Amino acid sequence: MSLLRHPRRSVHLFSGNPAGALRMLLLMVTCIALMFYDHQRGHLGRVHAALSTLVYPVQAAVNAPYALADWAQEKLATHAELVNKNTALRRQLRVDSVQLQRFAALEQENARLRKLLRAGTKVAGHVVLARLLAVDMDSFRHTVIINRGMYDKVHDGQILLDAHGIVGQVIRVGPVSSEAALITDPSQAIQVQINRTGLRTLAIGTADVDVLSLPYLPNSADVKQGDLLVSSGLDGRYPPDYPVAVVTAVHRDPAQPFATVVARPVADLDHGHDVLLYFPGKTSSPPAEPEPRTVKRTPGKKSR
Amino acid sequence: MRNPPRRRANWVIVVSYLVALLLTIWPLPNWAEPFRPAWVVLATIYWCLFLPHRVGLLVTFGVGILVDTLTGSLLGEHALALLLVAWITLKLHLQIRVFPWWQQTLAVLVLMLIYTFVLFWVDGMLGYTQGAMLRWMPVFITTLLWPWVMQSLLLLQQRYQVS
Repeated sequence: MSLLRHPRRSVHLFSGNPAGALRMLLLMVTCIALMFYDHQRGHLGRVHAALSTLVYPVQAAVNAPYALADWAQEKLATHAELVNKNTALRRQLRVDSVQLQRFAALEQENARLRKLLRAGTKVAGHVVLARLLAVDMDSFRHTVIINRGMYDKVHDGQILLDAHGIVGQVIRVGPVSSEAALITDPSQAIQVQINRTGLRTLAIGTADVDVLSLPYLPNSADVKQGDLLVSSGLDGRYPPDYPVAVVTAVHRDPAQPFATVVARPVADLDHGHDVLLYFPGKTSSPPAEPEPRTVKRTPGKKSR
Repeated sequence: MRNPPRRRANWVIVVSYLVALLLTIWPLPNWAEPFRPAWVVLATIYWCLFLPHRVGLLVTFGVGILVDTLTGSLLGEHALALLLVAWITLKLHLQIRVFPWWQQTLAVLVLMLIYTFVLFWVDGMLGYTQGAMLRWMPVFITTLLWPWVMQSLLLLQQRYQVS
């Protein structure tokens, strides 16, 4: 009996094909079904959460040398460096707090005026610090991994900010980490308004980390280089009035109905380490704005 | 169990796949990112070529799903592309195995073209059409890496008697 079992398994030469056509067919159908259901965001949330836990050690391992370098840099900084940094930070803090004083007064004035207009009050949310893991994902998608997940009450569609402006939104939540799409991801769009004029339009990702495209501005629109774009909040997902991008070029071609406008995101998208997760405040009165229209390919379940 | 003296050394296979996965998400500067070789494809081709009775379609499927999770692409996208590569390799492993190295490299080129085409196709359906030319860069880089990767994995396999 044992003679029949060849130890080198060369019996496979003519029998027992490891590449069975039936198995291949089944696996391919599984792949296609997975892609189909995954494309409709939200159906495979649990599968993604489980898989993200499974691969987290790999991501942590890749991130480890960079985290170690950061840590070493902190530990090995000289006294003079630290003093310099401290002085600079202090100076920055003083400047910022003076501006904040003005901001507090303005906020109160704004609230009073809104009350006069019987408009709903705008509520501020709070933020939680998160770190980006130093891992590269698909180079044609602009997604990042952050070190916060379900246990930190991160939810689908949550907004990421940094010190300069809007970074992106969470698209998949795992137990200890989440995946977020930057605003420059080609599948992302954000409702913005030009800060100078209040004109509203859409900013769409282009897969270039320095470029947002504004394809729906007519030739006659009042937009020029250097205009700041802030989020309008009308998409019902991004909080209003946060900086998004600065217009870098406007090209008007009379033959085309729309102007070609590109903008550069103000947030530190390609070398930021820390981001802020935005938790919206609880609204007591309904906002006076019209019902948000979902413009992005995002899970419809959680849209407010 | 039946052949106690034969060492199986599964860990060599596991480690090679782990290294491939690590290299897949290892951070590169922005300009170098489109040139990242498809390490997982190299590992898959190697093991399907030399140990077809150990590494088959199921393993490939599992690895593909892990790649999908790591790169944040649609679940099943890389798995499907890898499955096609593995299937063709398994079907032709007896021929490809005895090819001279340059013919083997040509075979890898064809497999990489198929792999990239599937990814390109699925991404195109999803609207990720940017950088259409850059997408083909990994094909050549991965192909050029094949002789080296094959030699090193062959050394590892002989050194640890993976069979």
